[in-house]
Amino acid sequence: MSTTPQALYRDEGIVLRTQKLGEADRIVTVLTRRTGKVRAVAKGVRRTKSKFGARLEPFSHVDLQLYTGRNLDIVSQAESIRSYGTEIVGDYRAYTAGTAVLETADRLTVEEKEPSLRMFLLVVGALRTLAEGVKPAPLVLDAFLLRAMSVAGWEPALGDCARCGEAGPHRHFSVPAGGTVCPSCRPTGSAMPSPVTIELLEALLSGDWGRAEASLGTNRREGSGLVAALLQWHLERGLRSLPLVDRT
Amino acid sequence: MYEGAVQDLIDELGRLPGVGPKSAQRIAFHLLAAESTDVGRLVAALQRVQAEVRFCVTCHNVAETEQCRICRDPRRTLDVICVVEEPKDVVAIERTREFKGRYHVLGGAISPIEGIGPDDLKVKELMTRLMDGQVTELIIATDPNLEGEATAAYLARLVGPLGLAVSRLASGLPVGGDLEYADEVTLGRAFEGRRRIDA
Repeated sequence: MSTTPQALYRDEGIVLRTQKLGEADRIVTVLTRRTGKVRAVAKGVRRTKSKFGARLEPFSHVDLQLYTGRNLDIVSQAESIRSYGTEIVGDYRAYTAGTAVLETADRLTVEEKEPSLRMFLLVVGALRTLAEGVKPAPLVLDAFLLRAMSVAGWEPALGDCARCGEAGPHRHFSVPAGGTVCPSCRPTGSAMPSPVTIELLEALLSGDWGRAEASLGTNRREGSGLVAALLQWHLERGLRSLPLVDRT
Repeated sequence: MYEGAVQDLIDELGRLPGVGPKSAQRIAFHLLAAESTDVGRLVAALQRVQAEVRFCVTCHNVAETEQCRICRDPRRTLDVICVVEEPKDVVAIERTREFKGRYHVLGGAISPIEGIGPDDLKVKELMTRLMDGQVTELIIATDPNLEGEATAAYLARLVGPLGLAVSRLASGLPVGGDLEYADEVTLGRAFEGRRRIDA
C-alpha cells in the first residue's frame, strides 16, 4: 500500500496538540497510524456549533478524513474512536503525565508525513494505561519515555557499557554517553545511581510491570531524573511539560 | 511600500490579532479619510486603556479602580465565588443574569504543553479568598475543553479539604442544535448530567 497521501485520504490518529488559528479555526497535530505526523486545519472547530465538537481535543483517538493542502492539510470529517481525555483530565497526575507523553511524541517525530507505526502504538498504549488509572502515572510516563527514545533510535544502555559494549552491569551512568558505562570508558562527571534504579529502568523498558510496581519511591525519583536527563540531552531543547508533571 | 507615517501605521495595525496586511492597509486608509474627531476619540480610548485599566486586587478582573465594579457592588452575595479563566468569561456569564455572586479570574488554564502550571495562575490568591470563612460555595466555570477540565480537577482536589460545596458548570447539548450532529463526548456528558422533568 502506498503511503503517499492522496488529495483526499483517510487515517486514524491521536491528537497531539492544537493551536488556535484565526477567529474560530485550529491547527491540530495528529500522529496517525499510516501517514505519520500530520498538521491539519480544523475549520470552525472553536464555534459551539462546530461539527467537530470535542472530537479534535488532545488525547482523542479519531478516524479522520483529510484533504491534502498546499502547506497544511484540511480536516473534512472526524469520528471518535475513543476519547482518552475524558478519563485522563479527571486525574491531575494522569493529565500532567499524559501531556508529557503527547509533547514527547510530537518532538520525537521530527518529519511530518513519515510513517511511524511504532510511535503511534506506543502513544495509544500509554494513553490507554493512563486512562485506566491502574498503574502509577509517573511510572507509565517513564516507561513511555524510555521506549519512545528507543523507537527514535536512542535506546539507553542499561546493562552493557554504552561506549565499548563490555558486558555489565556497570555502576557508572553517563547521560552524554547514553547510559551505563564501564570503568575504563567512564567520562568525568558520570553519575553513580543506585543499581536498583537501573534495574527499575530496565523493567520499565522491557515492560516488566511486576518488578516496576514493586519499586520504592527513592528509586522511582532517581529513575525519573535519569530518564528526563537523557531525553533533554537528545532533544536539545527541553520539554515544557516535563517539569510540571505531578509526581506526588 | 508607502512612505513613512502611512507604512508605520500599516505595520502597527498588522501586528494586531486577526489583522493581516491587506486588512491593515484598509484600516489605515479608512483612518486617513476619517474625520479628525473620530481619530481623536480612538487615540484617547487607546491612551485611557493604557493609563487607567488595571486588575482588580480581589478577583483579578480588569478594572479602573482598585476593585472592579462587581467586587464593589454591595448587592452581590459574598458566599459564592465563580472561577473563570479570562475577563471575557465574566462578561459572558454576566450576560446570562443568572449569577449573583462574585468572580475569580485565574488568568488562563493549566496547560503543561505551553509551560503553564498552577503557579502561573491566580490559584494562591483564590485559596486566600476561600480561607476567610465567608465563602460557602465554589463554582468552577473554566472552559469545557481539556485544559479547562484539568484545571477544574486540580482546583477540586486542592479545595476539597476546605469542605466547601464545589460544582462544575454543566456541559451538554447547545440550545437550538441537532442531536445527530452532537459529538460523542458532548452527548455522553449530556446523558450523564440529564435532569428529571417534574410532571
